[in-house]
Amino acid sequence: MKNTHYDIYGGQYVAETLMPALDELTAAYEKYRNDPGFTAEMNAFLADYVGRESPLYFAERLTEHCGGAKIYLKREDLNHTGAHKINNTLGQALLARRMGKKRLIAETGAGMHGVATATVAARFGFECEVFMGEADIRRQQPNVERMAMLGAKIRSVTSGTGTLKDAMNEALRDWVATVEDTFYVIGTVAGPAPYPAMVKEFQSVIGREARRQILEKTGKLPDEVIACVGGGSNAMGIFAGFENDPSVKLVGVEAAGMGLETGHHAASINGGRVGVLHGSKSYLLQNDDGQVLDAYSVSAGLDYPGVGPEHAYLHDSGRAQYTAVTDEKAIEAFDLLCRLEGILPALESSHAVAQAIVNAPRLGKDRAIVVCLSGRGDKDMENIRAYKAGNKILTCD
Amino acid sequence: MNRFQKIFSRNRKVAVGYATSGCPTADESLEFMRGMISGGADILELGVPFSDPTADGPVIQQSSQTALRNGFTVSKAFDIASALRSEYPDLGLVLFSYYNPIFSMGPEVFAERARKAGVDGVLIVDVPFEERSEIEPVLNEHGIELIPLVSPATGPERMKKITANCRSFIYYITVRGVTGTRSTLPDDLQQHLAALRKVSSAPVAAGFGISSPETARAAAAGADGIVIGSAFVKIQLDDTLPAAGKRSRAEALAKLCFGAVR
Repeated sequence: MKNTHYDIYGGQYVAETLMPALDELTAAYEKYRNDPGFTAEMNAFLADYVGRESPLYFAERLTEHCGGAKIYLKREDLNHTGAHKINNTLGQALLARRMGKKRLIAETGAGMHGVATATVAARFGFECEVFMGEADIRRQQPNVERMAMLGAKIRSVTSGTGTLKDAMNEALRDWVATVEDTFYVIGTVAGPAPYPAMVKEFQSVIGREARRQILEKTGKLPDEVIACVGGGSNAMGIFAGFENDPSVKLVGVEAAGMGLETGHHAASINGGRVGVLHGSKSYLLQNDDGQVLDAYSVSAGLDYPGVGPEHAYLHDSGRAQYTAVTDEKAIEAFDLLCRLEGILPALESSHAVAQAIVNAPRLGKDRAIVVCLSGRGDKDMENIRAYKAGNKILTCD
Repeated sequence: MNRFQKIFSRNRKVAVGYATSGCPTADESLEFMRGMISGGADILELGVPFSDPTADGPVIQQSSQTALRNGFTVSKAFDIASALRSEYPDLGLVLFSYYNPIFSMGPEVFAERARKAGVDGVLIVDVPFEERSEIEPVLNEHGIELIPLVSPATGPERMKKITANCRSFIYYITVRGVTGTRSTLPDDLQQHLAALRKVSSAPVAAGFGISSPETARAAAAGADGIVIGSAFVKIQLDDTLPAAGKRSRAEALAKLCFGAVR
């Protein structure tokens, strides 16, 4: 595979020391992705370990409340470890095992990808180290404890602002020194090729299931598919199921934080310009001199200044639309889903729910919207409590 | 002959020094670099600070953050280069950068400004061979060389591709890891350098981890030159020294380590 770009986006902007490792990874990925033994093993673990398929749930009371299109939730929050992240870490761990690697490293923001990596590391007997910004360690304590219980070592990252971007910097630094025995499990559709394509493929199970399920339930394709976008892996996973259905509108929801106009947000597509970070070219929050800016969102999982390169491509080509939802609207959506449906969504996923609440009334009652409910919100309780108490958020500063 | 070719044809080991532009301020870093040159540096690598230096260890990370906090912009790196060029006509001048500051400015504008500042070469940490085509031709049009990097992970076939048509020098990364000082260099360093010699006749400067006369001699044994970076940057970061003190320490370190391989 030498298809490393999405038009001008993507690529392999990494240090020379990592290039042979990326070549090795690309070769292994190409070898096993169509290998029946690999696929069978992956599917068996997805079924019995992850608990797939995940339900597509008709949110009846939320639909009534909005008064428009029927809202369906793709329940990735019901997966083992509580988010979509495990679809990908499982795939990468099985690949790492076939490549003979001994150690997994990962970056994490909200901690969900860290937990999902620690989980598969425990299951398959890998050593595991998770890089996490010190600010995120403070605001996501429950996940830090989960990772430790699963046997992973947490590496607190103090450089920069101590958030996801800095954790990824540190993971890359570690990988440069340990490439021979270490597999870097990137948690989103960003990073150098082949990661964006590989992570999309491992997450595409979300979209494949959702498409079949909505057809079973309604007999037709949905009008819109909505997902939150930080790096963008759950969105790319669910979009993958509908990308060849031109009638289905794909909507990615970025984090507008305190508002796009305030500059305190994490909306790379809506508020950034093209740049190069962490191995790929995509939209990026940066100043006029090409220095990367700190992202901000109440949701640690969306708090990243970049976005996967294929999202940049889908934006430019017009195939997908990218909107942005503020902290405030995301928390309103969180409350609504708790009260009306008895579902406690992750703050990340709440951004997608908030967009569905806006879009549903614009469509007729015979229409349908599928929302990717990418994760559960137990990890966010402390943040939400603090936000509501008027402290806004446990920020990094 | 370009300036690099002249420098490497002098029949002695070439001394390359790295310092972070703008650390702690633009003026102080310029003065610091003058000290490195009077201590014997033939080529100076002007580090362009970046917010996310993924190939750098703690020392250069800290120097980058200090420079950015003190208002560094890429324009200031060009100013420093211009000043050095007018004072030292024979000095090899390299901008050492990550790609985003260059991409953000636009490769064409960057190359034009670099040429005007008297820059001879550019080294871009996160632009490997695979992505070189979007920047190298633009630099070459302005008479600037893109300096290729080779690491211990690079196999012979790849070395050949990377080093073909090199008109400057090859930067050989001695260690698997980020920049920073180390007490010893890998045992197989000479084997890697020998392998590199087999595929390319371009001059080789070995860098990463060199900070003492011992490591300098070890690296120089199989190379045409050595690069010292973090050891200089540590002095740049030393808050206990006044600017003049940093300059004389830089000169002393250059004399000690570069002198050891002459």
